[in-house]
Amino acid sequence: MKLDDLQKVAEHELDFQRAYKYRINVCCSSGCVPFGALKVLKAFEDAVKEYGVEKECKVARTGCVGTCSVGPAVVIEPGDYLYQSVTPEKVREIVRDHVVLGLPAKNMLYQSEAFFKKQHRLVLRNAGKIDPSRIEDYIGMGGYSAIVKCLATMTPQGVIYEVRTSGLRGRGGAGFPTGQKWALVARSHSTPKYIVANLDEGDPGVFANRTLAEADPHAILEGLLIAAYAVGAEKGYIYIRAEYPLAIQTLQKAIAQARAAGLLGENVLEMGFKFDVELRFGAGAFVAGEETAILASVEGRRAMPRPRPPYPANSGLWGKPTLIQNVETLANIPLIIQNGGAWFARIGTARCSGTKCFSLTGKINNPGLIEVPMGITLREVVFEIGGGIPDGRAFKAVLVGGPSGGCLPETLLDLPIDYDSLTKAGAIMGSGGIVVIDDRSCMVDTAKFFTDFCVEESCGKCVPCRAGLPKIREVYEGIIKGEGKPEDITTLDRSGNYIRDASLCGLGQTAPNPVLTTLRYFRDEYMEHITDKKCRAGKCFRDLPKEEAE
Amino acid sequence: MLKDDNRKKLIDKMMKDHNYEESSLLEILHKAQETYGYLDKSLLTYISNSLNLPPSHVFGVATFYSYFKMRAPGEHVVTGCLGTACYVKEVDDIMTAIEKEFKLKRGSSTPDGKLSLFITRCIGACAMAPNIIVDEEVIGKVTKEIAIEKIRLALAGGGKA
Repeated sequence: MKLDDLQKVAEHELDFQRAYKYRINVCCSSGCVPFGALKVLKAFEDAVKEYGVEKECKVARTGCVGTCSVGPAVVIEPGDYLYQSVTPEKVREIVRDHVVLGLPAKNMLYQSEAFFKKQHRLVLRNAGKIDPSRIEDYIGMGGYSAIVKCLATMTPQGVIYEVRTSGLRGRGGAGFPTGQKWALVARSHSTPKYIVANLDEGDPGVFANRTLAEADPHAILEGLLIAAYAVGAEKGYIYIRAEYPLAIQTLQKAIAQARAAGLLGENVLEMGFKFDVELRFGAGAFVAGEETAILASVEGRRAMPRPRPPYPANSGLWGKPTLIQNVETLANIPLIIQNGGAWFARIGTARCSGTKCFSLTGKINNPGLIEVPMGITLREVVFEIGGGIPDGRAFKAVLVGGPSGGCLPETLLDLPIDYDSLTKAGAIMGSGGIVVIDDRSCMVDTAKFFTDFCVEESCGKCVPCRAGLPKIREVYEGIIKGEGKPEDITTLDRSGNYIRDASLCGLGQTAPNPVLTTLRYFRDEYMEHITDKKCRAGKCFRDLPKEEAE
Repeated sequence: MLKDDNRKKLIDKMMKDHNYEESSLLEILHKAQETYGYLDKSLLTYISNSLNLPPSHVFGVATFYSYFKMRAPGEHVVTGCLGTACYVKEVDDIMTAIEKEFKLKRGSSTPDGKLSLFITRCIGACAMAPNIIVDEEVIGKVTKEIAIEKIRLALAGGGKA
């Protein structure tokens, strides 16, 4: 495929889409498929034929719209009517009312408008709108025009300049400025250079990257292409969790299509640029999210981190300069190239531009996948987008940033979400998990749960993490059994700080966060456990004889 | 010794395609588990010989990653999701109920090899939490009663559902 061909494909695709009056988007991502999305898809295909409206109705298999708790979700365009909990039985009624009679079936529509109101969809721009298995759908939405712009009109330095101007920071969690990272790899003289796109998403409770890959795989590939052009890499690896079969399948298909279309390979768009992508499968190691650990894993070894320097920008895969980037970061890149870095910098806050995807889960009315501008407050996310706490229970805490994130109390709900504010409060952005906890959860037990996770996931290389975390767990076990002593608080606090300061990699450095934040914000609950042997949530001391527990 | 069958041929071909490179070890292990269902000692030894790697290295990698199974799973497999969202929604109580009902512990199988109970760290269906998986079927918003009922049905159904 050449430049003009891309334009032709886009025009042809748009003509093709305009021929239909309605487009029925059935979400067939991992969230909806277990609940019958494929049967719903089939039912729509049958129903439009039955009513003889197949010429004006396009039924499309799409990715996720974000309302994962009311799946299968179906969106009918124009007008973005979102139907919730659709079953094959309801499909005929929807087609009859909405398409044949032109009256949307109000009783089946998603009611929480607030869920979408404060969202700002950049990364998820095409999620739920395009069919991820058709490259034409992506091209029709203006896809691959950014890489064309780069190859035809920009120098690699120019691309890096735009990314720098955008202020984009790595979405994998640490928030390193993306443009700066690119410049470091570009400056490295050694060749060949590599790119590793991280789609391992080891945080329990997080599914944003998976959703992106299932909904819009070509956005990741285009981001990779642009990054490769900017830093001079020839080969890219997407490191993806083996537990994500649908995302793997979607990406494999997308890569094959891009190769067939001449967008990947020896001579991209016949413009003398060479780049190809391969998938590499993770195998369930949380620590593989750390950048030197992911390199070890791509090389087929245990995912264990190593000290830096040398940094991967100089010595990464097989000792060659390597750019490691989260897929969410990459999906932002085409937009920055199309609209300019200055445009992107205006979204979000001054120090943190753009948006962030969050998996919003736990005790909340509207769980799902959301994308919000940086700087939005936790209160807006929990109570407006999330619709508050169900069953009339009281809000207790919000866990931000996964198992090594922090547990933040109600007093911090007005905290703006950005890398710096979260770190200051003792949490981290992490890969974007927000789990809401109500008054039925015990903070001591919650901290122990995360510690258990980190004990298991510690790779065992450095002592503070390997030996320190089990020590913390022992203390928790004592407290929960009713053997807590007042000095336990000091032990937890001191060990936590020590592990944070002395560990080799990000896992150990952040693993004590749940311990330290619960100690900081929920100390009274610890005291109750230790002195009164009382758990206000009724979680702990369950195995004790009754009188002792009281 | 590894039996000379079609499964072995698949692994052989994969290793050859990768030119017996050390860096292909993870890919080979994935393929081996996909083909054999789990990685036993003879299989890992065979791979380490073929790739010319010390067995300690191959066993080290295979046991490092939680995705690789070192023992044959039971006829029916129940996996409880212990991700954060499911934890908050009390999946632990459900797992305990399953353990009691079917008399096995998580991470093990019943003596007759009919049922295995595993845990996993998040399947990414967090909005439907709590989740358990019974023979590949994800059951969202699960309760103790539904879980036990589903497992009973699977066990009564004979072979793989």
